[in-house]
Amino acid sequence: MDATDLARWQFAITTVYHFLFVPITIGMSAIVAFFHTAWVRTHHEQWLRLAKFFGKLFLINFALGLVTGIVQEFQFGMNWSDYSRFVGDIFGAPLAVEALLAFFLESTFLGLWIFGWGRIPEKLHAATMWIVHVGTVLSAYFILSANSFMQHPVGYTYNKATGRAELTDFFAVLTNKVQLVTFPHVIFAAYMAGGAVVMGVALWCMRREALRATDAGEDLAQSDAPMYRRATRIGAVVTLVAALGVSLTGDVQGKIMTEVQPMKMAAAEALYESVPAGEGAPFSVLSVGSLDGSHANAIIEVPGLLSFLATGNFGGAVEGINDLKALYADTYGASGNPLVASATGYAPNIPTTYWTFRLMIGLGLAGAAVSIAVLWLTRKGRTPTHRWLLWAAILTPFLPIFANSFGWIFTEMGRQPWLVFGLMTTATGVSPGVSIGEVITSMTVFTLLYGALAVVEIKLFLHYVRKGAEPFEQPQDPADRDEDAPLAFAY
Amino acid sequence: MDLATFWFIVLGILWTGYFVLEGFDFGVGMLLPVLGGKRYATDAADAEKRRRVLLNTIGPVWDGNEVWVLTAGGATFAAFPHWYATLFSGFYLPLLVILVALILRNLGFEYRHKRPEAQWKARWDLAIFWGSLVPAFLWGVALTNIVRGVPIDASKEFTGTVFTLLNPAGLLGGFVFVALFLTHGAIFVALKTEGRIRQEARAIAERVGSLAAVLVVALLLWLGFTDGKAASWVTTVVAAVALLGGLAANRAGREGWAFIGTAVTIAMAVATYFLTLFPNVMPSSTNPAWSLTVDNASSTEYTLKVMTVVALVFTPIVLLYQGWTYWVFRKRLGTKHIPDDAPLETAHH
Repeated sequence: MDATDLARWQFAITTVYHFLFVPITIGMSAIVAFFHTAWVRTHHEQWLRLAKFFGKLFLINFALGLVTGIVQEFQFGMNWSDYSRFVGDIFGAPLAVEALLAFFLESTFLGLWIFGWGRIPEKLHAATMWIVHVGTVLSAYFILSANSFMQHPVGYTYNKATGRAELTDFFAVLTNKVQLVTFPHVIFAAYMAGGAVVMGVALWCMRREALRATDAGEDLAQSDAPMYRRATRIGAVVTLVAALGVSLTGDVQGKIMTEVQPMKMAAAEALYESVPAGEGAPFSVLSVGSLDGSHANAIIEVPGLLSFLATGNFGGAVEGINDLKALYADTYGASGNPLVASATGYAPNIPTTYWTFRLMIGLGLAGAAVSIAVLWLTRKGRTPTHRWLLWAAILTPFLPIFANSFGWIFTEMGRQPWLVFGLMTTATGVSPGVSIGEVITSMTVFTLLYGALAVVEIKLFLHYVRKGAEPFEQPQDPADRDEDAPLAFAY
Repeated sequence: MDLATFWFIVLGILWTGYFVLEGFDFGVGMLLPVLGGKRYATDAADAEKRRRVLLNTIGPVWDGNEVWVLTAGGATFAAFPHWYATLFSGFYLPLLVILVALILRNLGFEYRHKRPEAQWKARWDLAIFWGSLVPAFLWGVALTNIVRGVPIDASKEFTGTVFTLLNPAGLLGGFVFVALFLTHGAIFVALKTEGRIRQEARAIAERVGSLAAVLVVALLLWLGFTDGKAASWVTTVVAAVALLGGLAANRAGREGWAFIGTAVTIAMAVATYFLTLFPNVMPSSTNPAWSLTVDNASSTEYTLKVMTVVALVFTPIVLLYQGWTYWVFRKRLGTKHIPDDAPLETAHH
């Protein structure tokens, strides 16, 4: 394992980990803001209790997303200094704009939301969480613009004299066609994750509360079960609608990917030989054995589906890995430019792209299926308590969260060997001055620290889920606050 | 003035914003076991309430304060890619330590109050204390080394090790930052609290402040006599006067003026650093010809123009709402404002 591999592993570990929390933050901030707004508009107790309950869970999750995000801002320079020199002109700008426009908004208004109880008027208070949500979405926009440049560079020229890519059109970078479809795809996927967390948690609480009330011989309608049932259904609706959005945008994304990164689409299916127009490339749902192209190994195959995903036509032509490899070797390998010469060839790791593509789709569909089942079981006032719902509640949030992870692993692994497609290979972007020992040190530190923090975070999260929503308490009106009274909320 | 110089100034402002704001967060974190410790608290329950008073003075704002360093990092990347690349890959291990410290400190703020057990709180208190002290010290070491020059080769790569940075000037820089942020933090606590804790914070500011004054003047004189310019001598004098004025105001019980005094000191110290640096951004101690400068490390004119427009439009907005948060949470806090903890036995229902 060389310095590049180590730097890649570290980036993968820290980034995948960071992005476990990010989609939940984006999705849940909208749902908590919705609960808070519902309270302000109706003054029904349940909405305030839900806003505070899910708000606490949101904050436990947000904290880890925040701290692991700091690492992201620094590690381009720490581990990818030659990349930073090469694209700083283009890549740095969205990062700086993200901090100025999004991070300040998120952090400042989240502080106001957390400490705002009894201090700021209720409408303004609910608005602060919406502003936090806007901040998270803006943040996603700018960082995805930067990433889209790596998939499909636009708005730049390559300056031979300085050996750097230089920005010529910032607007083109922000409206990269890859960006325009990736952004909604990622945001919908985030709503799926946030919706599934709310659905899973509320379902678990609903079942427990319903069983408790039944055991105690209480009237179910007077218990907290209806409140949790409502939250469950809201979570399920968000998950389902978002799943629809994820599929539609994913479909468009596949076609754009085929156009700008055909290798990635071929790698998604492990399609080695090109399929000419009229024949229709199949999509294998499952396969066994090797994916190195030495033998056919699909178990279940849908005829023409890959052609449809790639071109919108069941008979469309799809280029295969072998032809593309030869084409790239001619175009880039023979160009004499060291930035685009790849010693390892021009195809990504096929088993990784093949399986992550399927896991992304499969887990996403499973999440959508659970949300349909939950909506069905809770229809017309029903409060189901089947034992298997316990497992559904615990596992469901992980489906879209891991679908997000696999989607990103597919996107980034499928781009290899490129760091910036067609401009710079990954091997040329790594920091030349950072030793293997230093990377091993940092990777070990981050892995151990992140692992320990995951344990702390999950335990804390479950602790607050088990506590359930606090009993209703009429919030203080900031207008008639007693200056000597204890704060409504304090650290 | 060209745009690269303008962005050099912007970075100076961003670092100033970071150190003025996060400086008192660091100070409060370092004071946690002092003002919330045995020496001042009557018993364990009082100590806990006092610690919570301290944490709540920065509770709503520390996160926004920290964004200043993320913006500085992003702006360095955008405006001076070579500076970003050389600095962050060169100062790899110190930055790793800063990152780990900030992660633990931030989680301390967020998680400490989430469970009532004493051991849980004690562990996060350690995270907050060390997570404040260590970055304060290391930022001082790092920035002082940047100004003094570090080994950089012809291809803009840092060629030293972590031990290169631990030289006398760098270490003095670290101690200066710690002492200055401790003073700044103590004055902030005095400004934001009432009752005994306010008086005690002022007394601490007075004692630590004298030490900080000696260290700051020593460091700035060192920088001045080695690389000083007329302008950096002006900022050095202003820094010293502001600190002495701040300490006098603190002694007189004028905490607002005292806070302005330490804030101006920090701003002028950063200004001295940047004035001493200019036109370099990272001088090479190996060969002056290999130094990273405002010109050879910057982005293209077009990127700088785009960034300038964005910064000019949005920075005032950010300042407005961040300032407004300070206004919303302007009330002084005392132990009576701290609500009781949730009981140890969590209620299952």
